[in-house]
Formats: sequence, structure tokens, C-alpha cells
Amino acid sequence: MDRFVFLTFDGLSNGAVYAAFALALVLIWRAARVVNFAQGAMAVAAAYAAYSVTQATGSYWIGFAAALGTGLMIGALVERAVMRFVGHANPLNEVIVALGLVLFIQAVLGMLYGNEFLPSHTPFSRNAIEVGGVPLLSRYDLFVFGAVAALVLLLALLFTKTSTGLRMRAAAFAPEVSRLLGVNVGGMLTLGWALASAVGALAAMLVIPTELGLNPHAMDLVFVTSFTAAVIGGLDSPPGAVTGGMAVGLILSYVSGYLGSSVTPIAVLALLLIVLLVRPGGLFSATVARQA
Amino acid sequence: MTEILQVRGLVAGYGAAPVLRDIDLTVPTGSIVTVLGANGAGKTTLLRTLSGLLRPTAGQILLDGKDLRRVKVERLVRLGMAHVPEGRGVVAELTVDENLRLGGLWRNDVNAAVAEVYELFEPLAQRKRNAGHLLSGGERQMLAIGRALVARPRLLLLDEPSLGLAPKITAQIMALLQKLRTQTGLTVLLVEQNARSALSVADSGVVMSLGRIATATTAQELRNAYLGS
Repeated sequence: MDRFVFLTFDGLSNGAVYAAFALALVLIWRAARVVNFAQGAMAVAAAYAAYSVTQATGSYWIGFAAALGTGLMIGALVERAVMRFVGHANPLNEVIVALGLVLFIQAVLGMLYGNEFLPSHTPFSRNAIEVGGVPLLSRYDLFVFGAVAALVLLLALLFTKTSTGLRMRAAAFAPEVSRLLGVNVGGMLTLGWALASAVGALAAMLVIPTELGLNPHAMDLVFVTSFTAAVIGGLDSPPGAVTGGMAVGLILSYVSGYLGSSVTPIAVLALLLIVLLVRPGGLFSATVARQA
Repeated sequence: MTEILQVRGLVAGYGAAPVLRDIDLTVPTGSIVTVLGANGAGKTTLLRTLSGLLRPTAGQILLDGKDLRRVKVERLVRLGMAHVPEGRGVVAELTVDENLRLGGLWRNDVNAAVAEVYELFEPLAQRKRNAGHLLSGGERQMLAIGRALVARPRLLLLDEPSLGLAPKITAQIMALLQKLRTQTGLTVLLVEQNARSALSVADSGVVMSLGRIATATTAQELRNAYLGS
């Protein structure tokens, strides 16, 4: 039982990061109908910016803020300078360009910082707090939960309570009509990419210190897992991304804990296949066809 | 009477072949002008060009004397021109209230404007929290027109509002247009295939054929010529 409780908390902690990164993928999918395969590389670039700032200032928190700011800028830049000019006639165009961006960003990071793992520190202890002799959560896990919960809350408020959020949703669902109603659809698209990239940067800042460290490929596996989480939840659904992320985190933790870590990729694949066969749009997909 | 909209020598289309050829059109302020014609005559293309969704290759579009050719689509509504597109353009995923607010987010008095629309269309007030896709055809048309009115336009471009609606609902919508024209001085450019409905409220009209204006005259003369009354 102790092992089950430990694995559950460990899974939830990892799942929170997958949820955040899946949210980043969902944000761009909703805004532009693009699966941003460059999301991981963009997030790593932001994490490298944080590394440089932290090295220069000695402050984790200034570096943390720099990662979010860099994430915003990279997202806006990628949309304005690259994605805006990609033809939409064939969906593969965007995928190919995104994959090209991955190679470009990882190559540039490799040239600037090298390909070896750089140390990445956490602002709080990763030693688990024991309750009744069972190690549960560390202070860092609590920080991760808090950061992701704050992120989900802020995004929910943005999209449901602000006029900017309403513009963003309208621009995503009905771009032409939105233009007729005075919405700057291009601006909303840029904002969507910027926000998604910042969310990805946050996820990178949370997960990289728990892995081997900073490396141009540090988010590759996280991207695959989070993409699975987003598909399971439904690429159109922010609540689906969060639920999918937590579910994938838990399943990976249980499978890794009880069956061995070598089985986890198969478990994720099996989960993905089941969802795609039973409910291809994902668990939280809308069941009503768009009529506008 | 002054003209709110003047179109001169307008040519526009998709790709190399023009759909609209040498269109001249004048819409007097405070009038209802209908654009009639068969499928493929170019009626919807005309509205899409007027509202900037399609860029003309030649000609002029003047709104209150201001040339619109270089004005961005999203700016036009602020200049007083609202376009309710074919198919109504209700954002199915947003609620009725969100759809309405979207019509005037740039206005300081958006809440007051939305409240006025709820007074005008009581069924919408009862369904303000429902998503757009849950509305009936008539309610969706009400929502589309109401959303355009939130912007407090001076010129309303309306594309086939009767499409798919029962005659009774269509009559209500036409009566509403007349009421709005009388009460607020709204000018309406009404594209319709349902000539009987459109001519019941229009002051004048044009008949389009193969991308050109074949006839431009008063509604009474069009009624006499096409409806025999």
C-alpha cells in the first residue's frame, strides 16, 4: 500500500508537468489547427535562456522569469516570422516546417551551449516529506503542483472572463467572422503562440531539473508523453489536456513501479491506441459538429 | 438624400477570372436596398468585396465618401459597416451572450448595446447561456443580426437572411429590418434570393446576372416586373 501511495503522488507530480505541456500543445491546436512539433525545442531554448540569466545573476527566480519571457518571445517570433508564411493547403506543410524548426533550434543550442548535460537546479528541496513513514511529496513537488494549478487557473480566467480571451476563442473557432466583427485575428494568433510557448517554457523549467539536466534534447521524451496526453484528453480541450496529463503521469508511474520502466512506453502506446479506437477525438472532445 | 455607400466600376473575383464586372451601385442613407439574382450571380461575392474579405482588382468602394480599398476588414465595423454573412456566422462554440459581446468588444457601451439586443430579441435573452449550436435557425439568424447591431452600425450588409427559415420567421426578420430603419435610420443592403420577401421591405433594388448589374430601379418597379403586383 505504501508503494501504491508513493507511486500515486509521484505520478501526479509528473502528470502535472505533462498536463502543462499538453496545455501548450492544445493552445496552439485551438488557435491554428497545428500540432506544434517544435514545442519541445522552443521550451528548451527558453530553459537555456533561464540558465544563462541564472548564471549571470545568481538568482533562480530571475532566470525563471526570463524563461517565461523568452518563451513568450519565441512563440511570437515563430508565428510572425515562420508559421504565418506556411501554406495551409496541406496540413503536412506545418508539420514539416515545425520539424525543421526542431532541427534548427537544437542545432543552434548545441553550437551555443554544447551538447553535454548542464546542471539544472530546483528552487526547493526534492527530498520527499514522509507521512507515517511513507515518502509522499517533496517541497519541489508542491511547487510544481502550485505552479501548474496557478497556470490552469490563470488560463481559465483569461479565456472565460476577459475580452482578450473571448477574442482568442472566436478567432480560433471562426476567423473570418471574427474579422468582420473587428477582431484582429492575426494578433490573436500571435498571442496564442506566445502564450503556448510560455506555457511550454514553464513546463520545461519544472521538469528539466527532475531529469538528467539541460540538453538540447531534454524535452524530446516529455513532448512525446505530453502529446499522448493531449490526444487522450482531446486536442481541442484544455480540461482534457490537464486530465490526460495527470492520467498519463499516473499510468507511467504505476507501470514503471510495478512492471519496470522498460514497459512504460508500451503502456503509453496502448493507452493512446485504446483512446483512438474508442473515442478518436479524445475523452473530452466536443460531440457536436460545428455548424457556424 | 445622401449616399452612405457608393460603388464605382467594381471588379473582383477569385483568381484570374473576375466574378464581379464593372459594378456601379449607390445606397442612399436610411434606405433598404436589395440585391436580387439567381445562384451564382455574384451577390455574395459583392458583399464579401464590400466588407473587404475579397479585394477588388478595380473600382472604388466609398463609405460616407471614404475609400475602403485599403482599410483592413477588422477596421470596417468601426467605420459603421457590419456584415452578417451567408450562413449567419454564429460562432457555434460560444454562448449567445459571448456571441453578442463579440459584436462590440471595442465599444465602451458594449453591455448597454447587448442589453438593447436582448430587448429587441426576447428569445435570445432566455437563452443567453446556451451555446450557439443549440439554437434554432430562426434564433441563429436573430443572434447574427443582433450581434451586428451591437456594433451600432450605420450600414448593415445582410446576406440571405431568409435562407432555410420558415416564411413566418422570414417575415418577422423583414419587419424587424423595417422597424430598425424607421427607428434608428439604419441603412440595409439586403442580398436575397427570396425576391418576394426582400421587395416587401426594400425601397429599391438591383438584379444581378453573371456578375453584372442587369437592372437597378425602385422596389415597386421590380415588384411589377418580377412579381406581377
